[in-house]
Amino acid sequence: MEEKITVKGLYKIFGKAPHRAFPLLEKGHSKSEILQQTGCTVGIDNATFSVAPGETFVVMGLSGSGKSTIIRCLNRLIEPTAGEVWVDGENVLEASSKHLLALRRTKMSMVFQNFGLLPHRSVLKNVEYGLEVCGEDSANRTGKAMAALDLVGLVGYESSMPSELSGGMQQRVGLARALANSPEILLMDEAFSALDPLIRTQMQDELIDLQDRMRKTIVFITHDLDEALKLGDRIAIMKDGKIVQIGTPEDILTNPMDDYVRAFVQNVDKTRIITAGAIKRKAPAIVTPKDGPRVAIRHMEKHGMSFIFVIDHQRQLLGILTIEDALELEKTKQKDILLKVKQTDVYVGTEDTPISDLLPTAVSTKYPIVIQSSSGKFAGVVDRSSVLAEVQKCLERDNAPVPLNELAGTD
Amino acid sequence: MNLDIGSLFEITINWLTEYGEGFFDFVAMVIESVVTGCYSALTFPHPWVAIGIFTALAYYTAKRGVAAFTLLGMALIFHMGLWTATMESLALVLTAVLIALVIGVPIGIWASKSDTVDHIARPILDFMQTLPAFVYLIPAVLFFRLGEVPGVIATLIFSLPPAVRLTSLGIRQVPSDMREAAISFGSTGSQILFKVELPVALPTIMAGINQTIMLALSMVVIAGMIGAGGLGNEVLKGITQLKIDLGFEAGISIVVLAIYLDRVTQALAKRATGR
Repeated sequence: MEEKITVKGLYKIFGKAPHRAFPLLEKGHSKSEILQQTGCTVGIDNATFSVAPGETFVVMGLSGSGKSTIIRCLNRLIEPTAGEVWVDGENVLEASSKHLLALRRTKMSMVFQNFGLLPHRSVLKNVEYGLEVCGEDSANRTGKAMAALDLVGLVGYESSMPSELSGGMQQRVGLARALANSPEILLMDEAFSALDPLIRTQMQDELIDLQDRMRKTIVFITHDLDEALKLGDRIAIMKDGKIVQIGTPEDILTNPMDDYVRAFVQNVDKTRIITAGAIKRKAPAIVTPKDGPRVAIRHMEKHGMSFIFVIDHQRQLLGILTIEDALELEKTKQKDILLKVKQTDVYVGTEDTPISDLLPTAVSTKYPIVIQSSSGKFAGVVDRSSVLAEVQKCLERDNAPVPLNELAGTD
Repeated sequence: MNLDIGSLFEITINWLTEYGEGFFDFVAMVIESVVTGCYSALTFPHPWVAIGIFTALAYYTAKRGVAAFTLLGMALIFHMGLWTATMESLALVLTAVLIALVIGVPIGIWASKSDTVDHIARPILDFMQTLPAFVYLIPAVLFFRLGEVPGVIATLIFSLPPAVRLTSLGIRQVPSDMREAAISFGSTGSQILFKVELPVALPTIMAGINQTIMLALSMVVIAGMIGAGGLGNEVLKGITQLKIDLGFEAGISIVVLAIYLDRVTQALAKRATGR
């Protein structure tokens, strides 16, 4: 698919003589060396990434890592020193100032960490701002702004002033203002970082909800790994202006590229991130109702199992057939296995279920847990051993108990 | 060797008096017509009607107490027979403030946008505020002769700086995220100025206007020395003719006027903040 945003070899050097700092950077000098020699600060060092339409792309890094600079280069709030930024196949950095205005008005909107609301305007007038600068007439403006306020659940507050609202509500106004122009791209710069933890979680959930409905392309900046893992389809981790690693949350957690990323992710409870979809496997054998008990028995014998899953022709799970029941059906010469299919003791999860949620069931259940796809189809199974193995892998083992003889032997 | 800055200044002034006459006459004409306009407007209604209007203005902008003060204070001025002189001074102050804002606010905006302008403007403003008024009274009289016009000019020089300074400060203090938000939604430069920067800076700009008015009032007596008339003239009469009563009465009138203007503009500034 055509990428929505593509960034190639982007550099930003702050200071009076970026042309002097640039060659040093290419020679591989560090950020602090360059600062010492030229007085220039490296903001972004050769960033390359792309964002697909409808994707939530999270850029994560500590303060000073250049993440806020990178998002500002996308709409040229900050002018990059070198590189290319392509949005829908056109190079933003070469756009004329008129074209850039149009791009900012229609294609991308931004949400700010400290909201950036205008204190002298009511909530409605704030949300209308983006439409107002485009020259939209007042009736249209109000209609669109009210629709945006409805999306974020702020109907009824349109005549309040920003100062009368709580932080969470102010950021809803910020979000509504960004949505009012119906842009294809949302740039969110630490949008939830200024909110207290409870409200932050709530806003994250609402953003996920909104995103499910609207499928915008979102570039989200954060310093919070949990937020990145929760919201991001893919995550880019930044350090000293460089992008260290780009990958899905699972990639980042399971294959951290270097020590920096490893240090970042080591305190994350990976069992909450890795999902059933990642560890599920194909059921060795399944039968449909049109197969008789004899076929079922043969499958079970072949795979050495004492039960078999039964699905219908649309791959919906019907239940489980045990070897005893199958044998009895055969003895009584009955062909319809549905008579003995049972549904008790059979547990079902989705591909998104994190393994921490699977664990209790996996330990106690008699049969493997069935994993269904989002459309409710049989997608595979997860058994006790694979869950335990994964949990084992996820746990930090630096301080695991050591056998006494080894301890004594090192003396 | 002594560098004779004083005579250099003198030569410049003489040169300007000789060759800048047309220009100064034009400026004088404009200022004079504004002062006359203000004065006619202020003295057109009967003093009691005018007092009523001033009181109503105070009532609607500030609190009831200010309105009561206005009524009593202005009635006192009228009773002391200083109404005409007070209105003359008010016309002069209003003219000076009006011109100060017309010149000062745009320069303030410019200075907020450009560090170069700011660096040039800053010492000039310091100069204007600290140079003793008497020093520029003489050239003002040379350029514009005696009367209201040099009075307005002297007042203007002294009261212009806060209008520039606080406009610039107000705009520079607009939080960067508001400005960034405005840019990110595709605002043009003038949209940012008129929809974001000026409204957000308004409370600070209003404080600057208040300061400008107060400084202008403080020049009333000095303006009186070069024939600007009004309350300044009455105070000077009190001093030179040792009429303690007249000097005191004129002084009280200035105070009443000052408190009135201060409270009303402060209330307006507060209203700008409280939105």
